Amino acid sequence: MLAESLFFSAVLFTIGVVGVLTRRNAIIVFMCVELMLNAVNLTFVAFARVYGVAGQVFVFFVMTVAAAEAAVGLAIIIALFRHKQTVDLSNINLLKG
Amino acid sequence: MLLQHAATAGAHPLEGTVASYLWLLPLLPLLGFVLNGLLSLTSAFHLGPDDPGADHGHDSHAAAAHDESGGGAHGDDHHPVQRHRHAGLVSLIGPGVLIAAFGLALAIFMAMRGLGEMHAPFVQRYFSWMPVGDLVVDASFQLDQLSMVMVLIITGVGALIHLFSVGYMQDDPGYPRYFAYLNLFVFFMLVLVLGANYPILFIGWEGVGLCSYLLIGFWFSEKANADAGKKAFIVNRIGDFGFLIAMFMLFANLGRLDFAGVNATIGQLPFGGVVVTAICLFLFLGCAGKSAQIPLYVWLPDAMAGPTPVSALIHAATMVTAGVYLIARSNVLFSMAPVAGLTVVLIGGLTALFAASIGLKQWDIKKVLAYSTVSQLGYMFVGVGSGAYVAGVFHLMTHAFFKALLFLGSGSVIYAMHAAYHATHSHEDAQDMRNMGGMKKYMPITWVLMWGATLAIAGVPPFAGFFSKDEILGSVFLRATHSTLADARWLGIPGNYVLYLVYVMGLAAAFMTAVYMTRMMIYTFHGPNRTGDKEREHLREAPWIMTGPLVVLGVLSVIGGWFNIPAALPVGPIGALEHWLEPVVGESTLRVAGGTLPEASHSLEYLLIAVAIVIALAGIGFAFARLKPQRLVPKAQAPAEHGFGLVLENKYYVDEAYDAAVVQPVVGVSRGLLWRGVDVGLIDRLTRLLVQSKDDDAAPGAVPMGGWMTRAVGYLGSQLQSGRVGTYAWVLVVGVLFVLGAFSFR
Amino acid sequence: MSHGELPLFYVFHFYLFGIIAIASALAFVTRKSPVAAALWLVNTMFSLAALFVLLDAQFIGVIQVLVYAGAIMVVFLFVIMLLNLGHASEIADARGMGWKLAAGLVGLALLAQMFALTRARVPESLALPYGAVAEQVAAQGVIAPVAGPLFNEYLLAFEVTSVLLLAAVVGAVVLGKRRGSADAR
Repeated sequence: MLAESLFFSAVLFTIGVVGVLTRRNAIIVFMCVELMLNAVNLTFVAFARVYGVAGQVFVFFVMTVAAAEAAVGLAIIIALFRHKQTVDLSNINLLKG
Repeated sequence: MLLQHAATAGAHPLEGTVASYLWLLPLLPLLGFVLNGLLSLTSAFHLGPDDPGADHGHDSHAAAAHDESGGGAHGDDHHPVQRHRHAGLVSLIGPGVLIAAFGLALAIFMAMRGLGEMHAPFVQRYFSWMPVGDLVVDASFQLDQLSMVMVLIITGVGALIHLFSVGYMQDDPGYPRYFAYLNLFVFFMLVLVLGANYPILFIGWEGVGLCSYLLIGFWFSEKANADAGKKAFIVNRIGDFGFLIAMFMLFANLGRLDFAGVNATIGQLPFGGVVVTAICLFLFLGCAGKSAQIPLYVWLPDAMAGPTPVSALIHAATMVTAGVYLIARSNVLFSMAPVAGLTVVLIGGLTALFAASIGLKQWDIKKVLAYSTVSQLGYMFVGVGSGAYVAGVFHLMTHAFFKALLFLGSGSVIYAMHAAYHATHSHEDAQDMRNMGGMKKYMPITWVLMWGATLAIAGVPPFAGFFSKDEILGSVFLRATHSTLADARWLGIPGNYVLYLVYVMGLAAAFMTAVYMTRMMIYTFHGPNRTGDKEREHLREAPWIMTGPLVVLGVLSVIGGWFNIPAALPVGPIGALEHWLEPVVGESTLRVAGGTLPEASHSLEYLLIAVAIVIALAGIGFAFARLKPQRLVPKAQAPAEHGFGLVLENKYYVDEAYDAAVVQPVVGVSRGLLWRGVDVGLIDRLTRLLVQSKDDDAAPGAVPMGGWMTRAVGYLGSQLQSGRVGTYAWVLVVGVLFVLGAFSFR
Repeated sequence: MSHGELPLFYVFHFYLFGIIAIASALAFVTRKSPVAAALWLVNTMFSLAALFVLLDAQFIGVIQVLVYAGAIMVVFLFVIMLLNLGHASEIADARGMGWKLAAGLVGLALLAQMFALTRARVPESLALPYGAVAEQVAAQGVIAPVAGPLFNEYLLAFEVTSVLLLAAVVGAVVLGKRRGSADAR
């Protein structure tokens, strides 16, 4: 089942990338990133089945980091929304130089 | 300092003697340079009469055609004689290091003589300078009989000239700078003659060229002097190019550049082949530049713009002899290339004749001596070119004595003339012989000594020049009958014809030498005085610090020829110099002479000697008979020359020809094509096109493009910093695509 | 390891959940409303959890549901509702057609490259015998195979992760705080 899992994972990852490039809503972009992380988790689990359980341990860590990242990222979005009243990415260009 | 020695069987016999201090020899004048240079710099910023940069008011007294400005005493009522602040210290250091160096040279010479026979040169290696692949060039000095002779001449005559300069330059604001440069020159000259390989020699070669430039243009506030310095340097450079090519060829063919190595391996090349001949010819090109032979002699007469002691040291006794030394040092190479030898002989002879003819019609006393130097150098090249290396070096030595004496003597005369003109605020030319005359009454010692030098240069026995000149001419004559040169062909002409022709040219030049030198003496010292009634009162002998060295040189001009008396005249040590130089040049001399030294029968020798003496005396007599100093008038009122005399006076218009053929085209191309065409037309226009914005003033003809290129690049750059996350995401993903692509297509 | 050795039940469900995951992901990316998108993402995660179970990673599958779908996505939904962003009409759609096309091409390129990379193979010597993980699970239970390495070889990573979580919590609190007194500065 390795090849099929990798195929699914690749497709999911690509959908996530397209979503990041296409959508303008910051929260949806964020969720696309979570989708990409999930695709990677699938890859790790698929490989863990063949090469050892260390892959699953890695998935464990990925999830933890994703959780932390989600918390902080959403806090940032909240702060941003309070500042600019919008989460539209095309309006957020404070770093313009 | 690591002292490593040439790989001879066992250590060299000079090991452990005073010769181990060989490195000290050039170091002493270098020390003098540093100290005098510091003294010069410390006073350079002090404005006032001491300031070397301040235009010394009396320099502007020089007339437009005057080559030497400043120098000499300037005592008169509105500007008291002021010596440089550090004059005392400099007078001690400058000549002091030279005298010390001469003392050391003498000691080393004594050590060498004590050895009896010394077959191998004494080499001291200090450090590895250029180890590059196959080429190994070390910083080493080599002491053998040839370099010993040169060292003695350089330090000895140099010390005398330094002492003379103490008096001559005493009021010059650039006094320390003068001695600094003079010391630096001696340093480089010693490096030149002591170098153990061609690159070290070349360092000295270039260095003396630099010092020549610095000293010729010593009074650079006069443009003519600066131009003379530039001319010397640039013409020299052409010769240096030849030297470099020769070194490249040596390395390419032999892989060695040290004298020992080259001499050992040159035998592998075919005798008389293209390679050896080319190497020798390129070396000779360097000599033509440095030693003022045709066609690169034009800088030497202009070099008279420098102070007279400089002319004595550099342009008579030492630097110009570097070319002769080079050929003597490369005797093994030249002995393998008869065609090159014939070329050297021919050009030397031609130069001797050509320059002597110009000297017949020069009025400036220093110019006469300059052309005389060029002519005598031609003799030296005839000597070494024909394989008579000893004869050439011998003439080098005697010439150093009497030519230095002549120059310094003329310096004393000019010194007196300057003093006279400054006392009366006259603007006349202090160096023109037409303004002199009858000086024997006012400067008797100088008069006697100069006559000694004149007899020496004319070749009258028992003075020095007779022996050396006779030896050269005799060698040429003998080799015309029997030598590799005679057997060779020069552009189709049989070698012996060339040699006979050169012998005749040498005789003609000897005649002319006697004539123009006597002419100089007559016009300067004999006859009525034309300086002017008021000035006459101020003419007097130079101070003893200047006349003393003259006396020493005078003695040397007499006895100097006794170092190498020919076998036909058993009146003293026969062939001392020849015996001394035998380990260095003996083998090559034999090779050129075709295996056996040419032995002339005593009757032939006597005949040749007689011819030489007759010619010399005839020249002197002819001059006394034909030249009437009473008919001369001072320069200001002198009538113009006409006919062939005009051609001679204008030096055959050679400078004008060079100017038209070389200088003007180069200037024209630079100015017209490169500057106007490329620089202004192309590059400036392109720049304006790309950079100018609408607001700038439009240059005539240029279309303002609004600086579009600058703005476009700027715009593209600014897009990278949009601040929008979306853009960043795009860039990131595209980047990932590239990286993955690299992995995919591995 | 061909499908011939595996039961049809297994293979069928594998493909089923895979397709559901992909379909849900596509749906997620194309929703206008953030809430709808979030819910579709949750569906994707459920499907992935099922895939995990089918791949002998039962513990991870459960954790996926508990942590990812149950906590992280809930936080997302909380924030959406907190900021009142749930309505589709309030936020404009994705970028223009040209951008979508370009993004699609980029996606295809990425996919193509990932398939090209499958040529690279991990050496066979590293592969465990077939079914090794399943045996471990059968022997030690579901959690023990993961917990063992976690607290032994990867203990340092575990500890560091806990510090990371602490930092995240502090950071989230600080960033999310309403700046009442801060605005006066």
